[in-house]
Amino acid sequence: MENRITVENLSHAYGSRRALDNVSFTVTCGEILCFLGPNGSGKTTLFKILSTLIPPISGSVNILGYDLYTEKKAIRKLLGVVFQDPGLDPKLKVYENLKHQCHLYGYKGKDLNYRISELLEKFDIKDRTNDLVEELSGGLQRRVEIAKAMIHSPKVLLLDEPSSGLDIAIRRQLSDYLNLLATTENILILITSHLIDEAEMSGKVGILDYGKLVSLGTPTELKSQIVGDVVLIETSNTDVLSGAIADRFSVSSTIINDNLHVACEQGHEFVREVLTAFPDDIENVRIGKPTLEDVFVKLTGNPFE
Amino acid sequence: MSLLLPVSTIWWREVVRFFRQRSRLFSAIAQPLVFWILIGSGLSASFQPAGTSEKQGYIEYFYPGIVVLVLLFTAIFATISVVNDRREGFLQGILVSPVPRWCIVFGQALGGTTLALIQGILLLIIAPLIGIKFGLTSLITTLGVMFLIAFGLTNLGLMIAWRMESTQGFHAVMNLILIPIWLLSGAFFPITGVPDWLGWVMKINPLTYGLDAFRQSLYSNTIPTDTELPLWTLSILITSVFCVLTFLGATFTVYSQTN
Repeated sequence: MENRITVENLSHAYGSRRALDNVSFTVTCGEILCFLGPNGSGKTTLFKILSTLIPPISGSVNILGYDLYTEKKAIRKLLGVVFQDPGLDPKLKVYENLKHQCHLYGYKGKDLNYRISELLEKFDIKDRTNDLVEELSGGLQRRVEIAKAMIHSPKVLLLDEPSSGLDIAIRRQLSDYLNLLATTENILILITSHLIDEAEMSGKVGILDYGKLVSLGTPTELKSQIVGDVVLIETSNTDVLSGAIADRFSVSSTIINDNLHVACEQGHEFVREVLTAFPDDIENVRIGKPTLEDVFVKLTGNPFE
Repeated sequence: MSLLLPVSTIWWREVVRFFRQRSRLFSAIAQPLVFWILIGSGLSASFQPAGTSEKQGYIEYFYPGIVVLVLLFTAIFATISVVNDRREGFLQGILVSPVPRWCIVFGQALGGTTLALIQGILLLIIAPLIGIKFGLTSLITTLGVMFLIAFGLTNLGLMIAWRMESTQGFHAVMNLILIPIWLLSGAFFPITGVPDWLGWVMKINPLTYGLDAFRQSLYSNTIPTDTELPLWTLSILITSVFCVLTFLGATFTVYSQTN
């Protein structure tokens, strides 16, 4: 069995609207790849294609040596999928949800009990085994969902927006767990996300915008595309100040969350100059390292929202 | 991999869910029951169904129709949840598993059928109270016929539900197709004596034969058959064919909607 997913020139469209445009990438077992993009960037379409829910219109997809067009059944056995919409039946108990999943994959009896108790232990949800899913908190439910997707020891784990609705502490926990899973079990993990911090925590990030894969690399690699610092300026009139800065310093700035972001090599010098030039228009200034949001804006020219 | 396991687990989920939502149990049975008592009592004074014996009043004539209505309502309630389920992760999770599509349909159809049968049996308990007496043989055949009707109707519901984007759409189809199918099945009035055009509509309605088979089994073939209708065995045959066709239709629908 091969140990990678290879996607070449993958395209998809809904009617005349292009959802994916010539996407190509390779990812290997043991890696976590996060597709980062705003709503409508095509990440859910990509997720649905990889999880065998919709067929691609053109291009080739090979998952661990199996072709997505002709060997769907073999692929389905290798996939563990966590959907964005709740994947648990709230009227069933935790144990019953896991049992149902076991049955779908043909496990029963001793094998079933072993798998379930192992996962309950691993995900630290043993004490909630006999609770109805609807009685669990959002974070716990997400944990049960991942346990459910892992029940048949998949080689590939696909997660669509796994942290939506979870607070930052739980997100970090989840991300730590996924990293552990990828390295210890040599699983290939693909995530879609619209959250910058979730992408920052992943091994590799692919930036999607309007169906195009704009860039792919480790967060550090991606951020190295912006040399130096990012100066963040708070002002009540972003448009005017943006124009004035462009005229005066010949640098372009981008507006993110009503703040101006200016990328420059020597941040501290620029801060001094800009404060001297526009003392009345600036309410607050910060110097920071570039984030993936800055990279997204630089690469696409679009705001990340 | 044994296919029995995924089928039975999908069936089991439908049944467990049902018992954990008690309100569903009552909603499917209460409405037809009220319908039966009000309309049955109201019409019994002025309406003697054509081709039936004097002994059998309207309220008794209407009874098998009400049992079938309960089967229909339960089938609708069981399948309408598919519309919401489809958008949620649970059903999508089944769709990305290696379970063949027809097993998913079979499990769902058996689940809906079981729920319909449970409700139907609750209503069957009333039969002796209105003077219908049946022995063990007729009870078994009656249950068999109820199974066929429920299975066919659940598959019909699945055929619709798997195409629908919203439950509102399902309600529209229900009022436009499913309720008329029931109204024109001989549940409400017999086929004997209706205008020719209506008689033809009723004759091409598959549920007419299901209801006829049910009526005959209930009375152990002792009541006069509607002269316009075929023999009991032929009615059973047509109902069985209806089951197979709707199952194939539902399976085809799921294949075409998810591939």
